[in-house]
Amino acid sequence: MDPILFSAPALLSLFILVAPSRIRYGYTVFITLLAIGVTSIPAILVFADPALQPEVITIGGFAGTLSFTIDSLSAFFILVTNFTAFTGLIYARGYLASYRSTKSSAVFALHYFSYCWLHLSMLGVLMLRDGMAFLIAWELMAVSSFLLILFEAEKRTTLKTAVNYLVQMHVGLALLVAGFLIAEDGTGVFGFDSLPAWFSHHSNLLLFLLFFAGFAIKAGFIPFHTWLPHAHPAAPSHVSGVMSGVMIKMGIFGIIRVLICVQSDLLTIGWVLLGISALSGLLGVMMAIVQHDLKKLLAYHSIENIGIIGMGLGLGAMGLGMHNPVLALLGFAGGLLHVLNHSLFKSLLFFSAGSVYRACHTLDIEKLGGLNRRMPHTAGLFLVGSMAICGLPPLNGFISEVLIYTGLFKGLNAGSAYQALTFILAVISLALIGGLAIFCFTKAFGVVFQGVARTDAVSAAKEATPGMLLPQYLAAGLMLAIGLLPMLFLEPILRLVSFLFHLDPGPELPVIAHTLSRISLAGFLLLLVTGVILLVRRAVSGPGKVMEGPTWGCGYTAGTPRHQYTASSWAAGFGELARPVLGGKTEYEQIGEEEIFPRRRSFAFHPADVFHDALDRITAFSMTVLKRIARLQTGYIQHYILYAFVFILFIFILLFLKIL
Amino acid sequence: MMGFLVSVVSALFFPGIILRVKSIASGRKGPGILQPWKNIAVLLRKASVFSPVTGIIFRIAPAVYLATILCSMLLLPFPGMGSFLGFEGDFVLFAYLLALGKFLFILGALDTGSSFEGMGANREALYSMLAEPAFFILFGTLALLTGHTSMQDIFSSFRFAGDSSFIIGAIAVYLLIQIAMIENSRMPVDDPKTHLELTMIHEVMILDHSGFDLALIHIGTTLKFCLYGMLIACFVVPPSLTMSFGGGAVNPVLMRFLQVGICLGIQGVFAAMIGLLESFRARKKMVRNPQFIATLSSIALVAFFLALLLTFNLMAP
Repeated sequence: MDPILFSAPALLSLFILVAPSRIRYGYTVFITLLAIGVTSIPAILVFADPALQPEVITIGGFAGTLSFTIDSLSAFFILVTNFTAFTGLIYARGYLASYRSTKSSAVFALHYFSYCWLHLSMLGVLMLRDGMAFLIAWELMAVSSFLLILFEAEKRTTLKTAVNYLVQMHVGLALLVAGFLIAEDGTGVFGFDSLPAWFSHHSNLLLFLLFFAGFAIKAGFIPFHTWLPHAHPAAPSHVSGVMSGVMIKMGIFGIIRVLICVQSDLLTIGWVLLGISALSGLLGVMMAIVQHDLKKLLAYHSIENIGIIGMGLGLGAMGLGMHNPVLALLGFAGGLLHVLNHSLFKSLLFFSAGSVYRACHTLDIEKLGGLNRRMPHTAGLFLVGSMAICGLPPLNGFISEVLIYTGLFKGLNAGSAYQALTFILAVISLALIGGLAIFCFTKAFGVVFQGVARTDAVSAAKEATPGMLLPQYLAAGLMLAIGLLPMLFLEPILRLVSFLFHLDPGPELPVIAHTLSRISLAGFLLLLVTGVILLVRRAVSGPGKVMEGPTWGCGYTAGTPRHQYTASSWAAGFGELARPVLGGKTEYEQIGEEEIFPRRRSFAFHPADVFHDALDRITAFSMTVLKRIARLQTGYIQHYILYAFVFILFIFILLFLKIL
Repeated sequence: MMGFLVSVVSALFFPGIILRVKSIASGRKGPGILQPWKNIAVLLRKASVFSPVTGIIFRIAPAVYLATILCSMLLLPFPGMGSFLGFEGDFVLFAYLLALGKFLFILGALDTGSSFEGMGANREALYSMLAEPAFFILFGTLALLTGHTSMQDIFSSFRFAGDSSFIIGAIAVYLLIQIAMIENSRMPVDDPKTHLELTMIHEVMILDHSGFDLALIHIGTTLKFCLYGMLIACFVVPPSLTMSFGGGAVNPVLMRFLQVGICLGIQGVFAAMIGLLESFRARKKMVRNPQFIATLSSIALVAFFLALLLTFNLMAP
């Protein structure tokens, strides 16, 4: 690839800031397509044949050279990133249309510029190997997404959320810098290339955990997730889709990048990964159930899905540690496929949620209802996304989950009794996650799209524009394709995994191929049988055989839309069960015994996040400590000179006593 | 394919036996064995009433529900024979296909906008979520014990996995019966004969379905029972029967017929047992149900620990 062409998107993107508003959107699309083109072409070549030499593009500049390496792992993530960045941009036009009257042109310019740079910095993260360049790209990614969240900065919560996000990202950055510095010590290289040499001489676990913590803040593993459920809902929907769909996957990419280099302690690492991931998955979905803000609910589901991906990686790492290529293959392939799957269905769900917000101006589930008649396309797409995220066949989510399940079941008698116990606990977690996800999405879809409109906000809702629906249909089509023809997508991923971790899939490949061909057969059979039943019904139910009548009201037919089952009542039974884990506060005054005619009263449930509260407590504590120390900042120059004098005196005494 | 066929055949008399046993237990004579199917035949010819609130999901949910059950029946093994669709990890697909049917069924109930149906749907979702782990732990136990991950391999090698495998077999049969009761919304979790919408689960969800769609749901529920009955039969019936009669071995084809006969017999016993259970068991209080269902997972875990002890010889000195 020509270096000039390769660096063109970055240079040309500057003109977005000054472009006339008439052509700004078109120009952004052009830059994005250019970036997609120059990265996707080498990525496809490398992805098709992982054994191929990685593509290296070197750009010389005034401050040295930058080299971009596209190896098979980056190639996979580049393709995933490019797709969602593209669909997000298409969706953005329709979504932002209503803001055109209220926001200035400069805000739009900055927004599109940041969007472009979020995409470019993610590509940079995927391609840069040198530590400094990687960290700069990582930082650019945080800053550009920070600016994107700030689109509605006039809302007080948005500002607070965005700053919280920025601070947490820098904690992660600090951990990564520390990791790279430790690895530089002894190898002399600052960057990913130092890791294999470092890991071959030192204990692996601690440095891996340091990197893991740094990347996990981005990925949103529990307990590093506290920024995520606030940042995703605050951002505009196309940004939430890109952030949740691909940006948090950069954390997963980093974890895999480090995991490739790890040489010992793999069993422990796998165990830790599996444990934290199962916890993230379970708590993520449990907290999602009690949310009543549609986008916040989806954000918690991102944590759940990161957990599923992590379980795949943990299973893979344990497989490596147990020298069992089958487990490693199934685990890593399931995890990587779930990266792709989640990027598709989560962006789709955020886009549909955005369409709902644009149409009804609220995301409070309790105020919605009956949208399937007003917005049939959005409803259908949201349904497909819900089914996929619950891991139901014949959609893509099932494929990645079945791989992880099969790996876990095969692992049961592949090692020791303790490993079997670990695996069965993972199976239980995965089964519970699946069941809870169904519980959550029947609530989300049922309350938002079905029944009757609960408030007037809904009755005026209009279907999203074709430009907003197109990206969702693209994602849904791809999801169905993965679900029905899984081998087409999984074969290159299996090749990639066996190349990355030097595995010999050997006799296992035909078994996996057989499994997947049977699943796809079952998927087609399911569609066929459903179709036949529906055709028979159509043939049988001739004219006069279909009548209309009111919903059965059990003797009371004067109900209002507010009598419908609500999201609160849907979650109440579960919330009661999960209260010891989740907490949460109910605001309701019980009806007293002598209260013959009950007063008007209200009911409110406030879901809690114990980790968020813990973090708040830590920050509050450090604030009080720091405030005390701040008394030293008097503002008088004499005092500062005194501090310097005391410090020098201190050093002098230490030297005198021969301590230093 | 044999498992599929046997289940379909047993579905013909399954609901009739339950009904007849319940009638006899309550001192009545009861209808003929085929009466439930006659009712379904009547429903199939009847007209349907749709609420104007309902949309397309309400209309396709019963068809998908039945289709998922039919497809998961294709995964059923038969003692000593493979299934039509079997592969490594097929019980995951089995469970998730059933979950798909339930997912759309729940949404169909929510489509009506009725608070009663919402309540039933909510309970159904909660209970099936709680029952899911028990099924997976059970199959994890079997996978650990036999070293296989497809249903046909598990059942063909289960009996030879060790002397104590019959204990695990007994626990498995118990669990499958309970899971079948929960999945079909029967006693002690739900009472199909209850008269008050507030206390119903399954029955309240189908209040608005009528005619052809209601028939589809009834067919699906019947088949779902036979599905679990067939799994139970796989535990009980040996994969290959041999018998010698007068010096020479009996024709293997004849033995196959005998196996089919035993399987059908087990389905019949299963149906009679459900009838008896429902006649002499009270329904649990709604708030007790989650606890009861979670207990199944603990029982399954006990089986798993037993398998762990056996497989890794943890008891050896």
